[in-house]
Amino acid sequence: MPERADPGTARLALSGVRKSFGAVHALADVRLELRAGEVHALVGENGAGKSTLVKILAGVHAPDAGELTMDGAPLTLTGPADARAAGIAVIYQEPTLFPDLSVAENIFMGRQPLRGLRRIDTTAMRERTTELFARLGVPLDPDRPARGLSIADQQLVEIAKALSFEARVLVMDEPTAALSGVEVERLFAVVRSLREAGAAILFISHRFDEVFALSQRITVMRDGRWVSTDPAEELDVAQVVRRMVGREVSQLYPKQQTEAGEVILQVRGLTRRGVFADVGFEVRRGEIVALAGLVGAGRSEVVRALFGVDPYDAGEVLVDGVRLPGSRPSAAMAAGMALVPEDRRQQGLVMELSIERNATLTRRWPLARFGLLGRGAERAAAQTWTQRLQVKAGRLDDPVSTLSGGNQQKVVLAKWLSTMPKVLIVDEPTRGIDVGTKAEVHRLMSQLAGEGVAVLMVSSELPEVLGMADRVLVMHEGRLVGEIARDAATEESVMLAATGQGGKP
Amino acid sequence: MTTTTRPESAPDAAEARARSGAAGIRLGHRLFVAREVGIGLALLLLIAVTTAVNPRFLSGQGRRDLMLGATILVVLAVGQAIVIITRNVDLSVGSVLGLAAFATGKLFLAMPDAPIVLAILVGIGIGVLCGALNGALIAVARVPALVVTLGTLYVFRGVDYSWAAGQQINAADMPAGFKSMGTADLLGVPLLALFAVAVLLVAGFYLRSYRSGRELYAIGSDPAAARLHGIPVGWRVFTALVVSGGLAGLAGVLYAARYGTLDAAAGSGIELNVVAAVVVGGVAIFGGSGSVYGAALGAVLLSTIGSALPVLKVNPFWQQAVVGALILAAIGLDRALAARVAHRLRGRKARGA
Repeated sequence: MPERADPGTARLALSGVRKSFGAVHALADVRLELRAGEVHALVGENGAGKSTLVKILAGVHAPDAGELTMDGAPLTLTGPADARAAGIAVIYQEPTLFPDLSVAENIFMGRQPLRGLRRIDTTAMRERTTELFARLGVPLDPDRPARGLSIADQQLVEIAKALSFEARVLVMDEPTAALSGVEVERLFAVVRSLREAGAAILFISHRFDEVFALSQRITVMRDGRWVSTDPAEELDVAQVVRRMVGREVSQLYPKQQTEAGEVILQVRGLTRRGVFADVGFEVRRGEIVALAGLVGAGRSEVVRALFGVDPYDAGEVLVDGVRLPGSRPSAAMAAGMALVPEDRRQQGLVMELSIERNATLTRRWPLARFGLLGRGAERAAAQTWTQRLQVKAGRLDDPVSTLSGGNQQKVVLAKWLSTMPKVLIVDEPTRGIDVGTKAEVHRLMSQLAGEGVAVLMVSSELPEVLGMADRVLVMHEGRLVGEIARDAATEESVMLAATGQGGKP
Repeated sequence: MTTTTRPESAPDAAEARARSGAAGIRLGHRLFVAREVGIGLALLLLIAVTTAVNPRFLSGQGRRDLMLGATILVVLAVGQAIVIITRNVDLSVGSVLGLAAFATGKLFLAMPDAPIVLAILVGIGIGVLCGALNGALIAVARVPALVVTLGTLYVFRGVDYSWAAGQQINAADMPAGFKSMGTADLLGVPLLALFAVAVLLVAGFYLRSYRSGRELYAIGSDPAAARLHGIPVGWRVFTALVVSGGLAGLAGVLYAARYGTLDAAAGSGIELNVVAAVVVGGVAIFGGSGSVYGAALGAVLLSTIGSALPVLKVNPFWQQAVVGALILAAIGLDRALAARVAHRLRGRKARGA
């Protein structure tokens, strides 16, 4: 680590930074000041522009306007190599390692120690890797391939990489999202020692306990704008949340009170070896049940299995008391289930097809006459649902890829709602969509529940879980570890269960 | 190792990690060794059986024929492996070979006294130009390599045909010095085969020991991550295509030296043999892993099958089927191994869950 700089001077500063992608303003007038020997937290809702900011610091995106300074001197980053040369290390939420290469090569890629004839000195590289791991206190083997490392270990490899080039600025984008409690502690110990060695650290997290435990100052962003920067000790969670959301949380979640009817969906002892085990729950007519938990807890895997996309090894799924055959999404659909998947670009939509085609994909057969799909029938059906969901689109025969994320999500919803499901499963229904559309999606879910649909919602956003759900099921490492009623559900109770530290099973 | 419900004491966890790490290398090592040793054993078995049927298969002339037969395929396979390691492919190598071979013939028709070195340089130069065109289209215009090189496969061949205009160059037109390069031996090994060995060793050394060589693997392993690492992905891919083109050009010169008789169809269809050799040799078709040594062994195996099947009195029809079966077996093996690794990782996670 470099020599300790004066605390108080900005090591890396951004001011007036602006960035647009096409018509979307990702960042507008953002400022940030990272000081040596300090952990600076950056918080904001999904879509607030944090990731774009990280990519600017990493040299991946060039800002449209604004300036960066390093130790007071202007800094221009034309690519990731520049950022590294300036001493900026970025650890992404999903570590970016090369799975086929060894851990040591991953750390030193492009900067391998050399010997005669500019050959790579593999012995020196291995030794230095071992030293780095010793400093971090992790017994990883330098020669093993990166493939198969846990996320936590991959992050430690990334940190070792940052150490190896004596990073002066360390940017960590939600590093703890997929870690267990022990792993988070280990990571924090490493981060604290880096801070003490004089590095400037930017820490992005959705977990407020971590933000307050680790950082000295907190910057809040909202809708691509800078909102505030304050010392951590002058803030509390409620203040930060209010600044992030910019309005009272209750307005965001227009949850109607509904009477839960009879049980529609029953899941008993569902097990997929190594992914989840013995998952059992019920969802009633008119109820919204949230499936909460950390990333990697197995929530998406459970809903994929119960819809029949993935196989399961044991257990059963019943709709209206009738057992579904496993591994057959068509059977699940026939029984009245609908699944709005997590990744709409990969799994929810055919990006190149038109909006109307996408919206009617689930009803190809009912809409067809003599096995042929008529354009008119398709269009009429698409029109009904896109109007009902207020999809903002130019023309229905435009490719769905031209829509914004929020409107794409509405098309996915339209596609499934048009099948009149009894059970609607939504996986991260509002990930990556703007606040306005979010509220519309929430209103829609609430309305559907009011009409008697059983809704099962997987969500990583706690406010959404707390705002929408009648009951919260919490998963931790492949098991259902808690069931919390709406009245008892708080950020704390859900988070404790999700991290496996509490919650009554 | 992401998951632990039981509170594990630290040394336990550390030990478990070290264990899994060691298992990782052992596994990685075994995969590597298994693949190259496996091909080597298959090759030895094939030679042994064929020699048992017909002892002349391994006579002095038989050995020479085997080595000469493999030479061109090995040179092309080394170039192809470098490209495939970056998660690209070069389908134009057969056409480049044809173009370079014909150019060599034309050169000697025009200048019967031209030095052999000049012929080699011209051949490589033509290949480099073709490779640069491929590389520029892939790296700058961002068109997938499969499409670009499929296009240039026809373009280069078309250029070759229009240039040749039906002309055939005969061995008699070639200077004796050049022809003798095709037949000369050094220490009992055909001179042409030594070219292949030299190319193989240089490429193997480069890919193992140089930063830019390792970056080719990184690009193939995860192109997006490579960009985030600041690796000049476009430039490296361009270079890989240029090298592949240059080696195809060299192969064209070797082809001219070996066969002497040339027309515009030289090397037609060889690109698929080359890709097959590389895949059989354990270079993952999606890049990131494998070695040029494996690719070269794959090439030797395929060309030896070509020579052995007639000796074994196998209907030539079956030769293609055997090559096809080998490719399927190689890919099947890859899938099975990958599935096993994934299963083991899943099993490991399950212990905690």
